[in-house]
Amino acid sequence: MSASLLPAPSADARLRYVLRLADTSLILGQRLAEWVGHAPALEEDLGLANIALDLIGQARLLLSYAGELEGRGRSEDDLAFLRDAPQFLNLTLVEQPNGDFGRTLVRQLLVSAWQLELFEALQGCADARLAEIAAKALKETRYHLRYSASWIVRLGDGTAESHARVQNALDELWQFTGELFAEDEVDAAMLAAGIAPSAAPLKASWLARIDAVLAEATLIRPADSVFPWHGRGGVHTEHLGYMLAEMQFLQRAYPGAQW
Amino acid sequence: MTAPDWPLFEVFIRARSGLEHKHAGSLHAVDARMALEHARDVYTRRLEGVSIWVVRSSEIAASDPLDADAFFEPARDKIYRHPTFYAIPEEVKNL
Repeated sequence: MSASLLPAPSADARLRYVLRLADTSLILGQRLAEWVGHAPALEEDLGLANIALDLIGQARLLLSYAGELEGRGRSEDDLAFLRDAPQFLNLTLVEQPNGDFGRTLVRQLLVSAWQLELFEALQGCADARLAEIAAKALKETRYHLRYSASWIVRLGDGTAESHARVQNALDELWQFTGELFAEDEVDAAMLAAGIAPSAAPLKASWLARIDAVLAEATLIRPADSVFPWHGRGGVHTEHLGYMLAEMQFLQRAYPGAQW
Repeated sequence: MTAPDWPLFEVFIRARSGLEHKHAGSLHAVDARMALEHARDVYTRRLEGVSIWVVRSSEIAASDPLDADAFFEPARDKIYRHPTFYAIPEEVKNL
């Protein structure tokens, strides 16, 4: 269907949709950056930092776009550093603490596989700006998925200890994956406008990717949780506030400070 | 950060198509696949390359520094092995 025949979503729906993507990349990037100087090996330290920088780069493009959509003159920095937790619309999954290296990579696998499917769909969507950002992010995401999947296979199919740790992390984090495919009025408006992909086929492709990795890693996929998390609606777990306190401290204490 | 008990790999990067792979450094990894990923993360962050080779350092046979005299000294006085040693006659074209 040609984009011009589709109803334009309300400015608010588009803004919220872009903010959800932006905040998800930003918060996950910030989480990964916590590993810098602490990873099990220098090579992994750089690997995680590279992914963190990719994600923060995506967040910058998306936040700038969100600032323009909002039309109140807020920059990417204003949006990143001067909003409080309830105004962040990231997935609940990405704000979960790093835990050990295995848990960080379980979270990464779940998110990267989802971002891959999503960006693949968005690169041809009716919003040209979003399509452009998705096309760029897609290449980065392919590597993130390769990296995390490769580690999950090594750890899952590794020692009894590493297997137990990643299975345990998967069991704990799986409850947050329902939100990846939840559909509310924002998603419905963006779907109707030919921008957001429909959730059901997205979930099927995501699950196929995840199942393939889990099978090779000899891990068992946990049962779906019925509890609905609402990070995308601004309702967060307690972890986000602590993260933001650290991330935003400098701009809050010294407004407008620059390097 | 503790150094993991992983074998050492040597990394070779090709900067552009058509150029040769050049030694870039070394890193630790469990196997070749991980070494390629590590090499990508450690040595190509600033667009240094378009292709990577990795090889386990233990697979490389190296000349012994103690053999340096026997290996390399004899070449020192053979200046006639350099093309610049020879004067090219005016009459010779296309050399």
